[in-house]
Amino acid sequence: MSALLEPYRRPEQVRRLAAELHQVITRPWTLMEVCGGQTHAILRHGLDRLLPRGLELIHGPGCPICVTPAAAIDRALELAARPEVILCSYGDMLRVPGSAGRSLLEQRAEGANVRVVASPLDVLAIARDHPGRRVVFFAVGFETTAPATALLAHQAWRAGLTNLALLVVHVRIPPAMEALLAAPEGRVQGFLAAGHVCAVMGSEELEPICHRFRVPVVVTGFEPVDLLEGVLRCVRQLERGESRVENAYTRASQPRGNAAARALIARVFEPVDQEWRGLGVFPASGLRLRPPYDALDAGSIQVSFPGIPAASPGSPSGHGRSPRHNTVASVCISGRVLQGLDRPTDCPSFGTACTPERPLGAPMVSAEGACAAYWHYCQRDGSAATGES
Amino acid sequence: MEITPGVGCPMPSDPADRVQLGHGGGGGLSQRLIEELLVPAFGPADGVLHDAATLAAGPGELAFTTDSYVVRPLVFPGGDIGRLAVIGTVNDLAMVGACPLALSLALILEEGLAMAMLRQIVAAIRTVAAECGVPVVTGDTKVVERGKGDGIFITTSAVGRLGPGPAIGPPAVQLGDAILVSGDLGRHGVAILAARQELGFSTDLQSDLASLLPAVQALLTEGLAVHALRDLTRGGLASALTEIARGGGLELRIKEAAVPIAPAVANACALLGLDPLAMANEGRLVLFLPTAQAEQARAVLQTFQPEAAIIGTVAAAGSALGGIVLLENAYGVLRRLTLGQGEQLPRIC
Repeated sequence: MSALLEPYRRPEQVRRLAAELHQVITRPWTLMEVCGGQTHAILRHGLDRLLPRGLELIHGPGCPICVTPAAAIDRALELAARPEVILCSYGDMLRVPGSAGRSLLEQRAEGANVRVVASPLDVLAIARDHPGRRVVFFAVGFETTAPATALLAHQAWRAGLTNLALLVVHVRIPPAMEALLAAPEGRVQGFLAAGHVCAVMGSEELEPICHRFRVPVVVTGFEPVDLLEGVLRCVRQLERGESRVENAYTRASQPRGNAAARALIARVFEPVDQEWRGLGVFPASGLRLRPPYDALDAGSIQVSFPGIPAASPGSPSGHGRSPRHNTVASVCISGRVLQGLDRPTDCPSFGTACTPERPLGAPMVSAEGACAAYWHYCQRDGSAATGES
Repeated sequence: MEITPGVGCPMPSDPADRVQLGHGGGGGLSQRLIEELLVPAFGPADGVLHDAATLAAGPGELAFTTDSYVVRPLVFPGGDIGRLAVIGTVNDLAMVGACPLALSLALILEEGLAMAMLRQIVAAIRTVAAECGVPVVTGDTKVVERGKGDGIFITTSAVGRLGPGPAIGPPAVQLGDAILVSGDLGRHGVAILAARQELGFSTDLQSDLASLLPAVQALLTEGLAVHALRDLTRGGLASALTEIARGGGLELRIKEAAVPIAPAVANACALLGLDPLAMANEGRLVLFLPTAQAEQARAVLQTFQPEAAIIGTVAAAGSALGGIVLLENAYGVLRRLTLGQGEQLPRIC
């Protein structure tokens, strides 16, 4: 096992926390883990099966590529089709189908210059190495990746790089949490907040949500001990009728977050109303480049040349692949899955018309998507995420 | 690794010192490549070339396998594409319990490949073929235009002689068999990712690239009833176990904590969001044999790799539901092990 993670995976710790949960809980509760990385960790380690009966974890929209609108992927596909463009993005983003069912990986197979990067700063080097090409970074993700994109924008602007552009789809978690709580169908009683987002932004910015909706919010990490600690603290608050922002991930997250990263985000970006794929538009839930960095916006690149059809807008659910890919069933309920209203296994397409090899929706693609987590980690009967013992 | 003059292959420097299209054209440059690089490396001793090699196969059954090798970078920590191309194919023969008799070597070179690199690769092939005791008896060379290849692609095929014992392969796996791995997993995959320098991490890890023939021969010499062997290459342990489970309608149960993973591999995978069980290996195998012989087999394997371990059992056979691999984690929870989706891509955050 990884020596770095061993303290947070110790079986005796996990068993102790699970036993404590069984003691503390007196009635059913529904918690949402916001981040898809947490969903995967819960299912991968089978933590859901250690929970008391009646304690339900529902999975939140915290999968960055799942919520990237189809129109943005269509835009990336258009740009990647241009012969002078080198399009760079994160690995999973390349697999997600746009509105016409095509992914950037398919486009790469047809000859487009599409590259996987692990860090936005790699894009700077690519742009410098290819002065004759236009290098586009398809920047997606939450507040966790926004500072690195901001750094890229700042360095590119300072260096006067003219061949680098950014296609920005950064989204902010708090407005989505608010929207989920305000939704009539919503049934979240407590949040496990995404520890990595809070490491950047701090837990402070969650205080207004906590107070307005009177829900416990526990900043939670990603390893088994972290996750059960977060669940335990959240259940304790609920049992006591409390609603506080509590930090169960102090080794990474502080109340004020990372000041330098926050300053960088504020300098380079400004909030904007943003569409979340399958969920709709949430006010001020996105980030766009502010002047002078908006000169790098790939939105200003004209795409009009023969042979490339213009992007068609996404379907209302925004997730389904086109019928040419699926003649049997193309039902995709990922919008409901992302809101925690349905489980992936409630979907008629799950595991049949929709698999990671032929995904109908982004949550089946991503390393952080809930559908992919169920596909990879649940047993034949699909049992997961409800307390059973 | 630079080849010292007089030790490596004695081909004089080309003026351009790069592979040209003419090296595959069948003319003078081709002749020079064969006569000055390949024949000195591989023979025949009399230098007389024919259209086909003839083999004295002797009695008994033969095994035959082929594989193509593409890897970037061509030279990586712990090996290079030449060494990989021989060992990979020898390992495939070893998985049915066969000893290699003869190997073929087909090189597809990209125009512009540095001659020094080609010489280094050919020298590595010669060295490793000698180590494995297999002669390179036939071959071919083609050159493709610049941009149409990745430096060099290699295809090797090999014929081997099977031993006298019962057939080794997935059909021989039985209910109750123990499952072992011959060493710790994932070194090759992580070493290659690091060597590409695209993910911004570095490591001292080396590929586990190694011939599995000695370990297999040692198991058979001990008289162990080896039921099935599979070398863990692309897709790692996850792919190998899933294929065997599906092929035989088996339920395989693996204790996750028993699977040996070096801390450096585990840390790199944790940071990058990759699954060590799906990472490539080039010198590790998974072994099925009766549980009563598991400890003895582990002891044999540990003389080659101290990390060799018993990792699980065949828990059910003849399942109508098809095969399944279940991992039991340290918390006693079972989950299904699934195949990766081709390319392993690092996660976003």
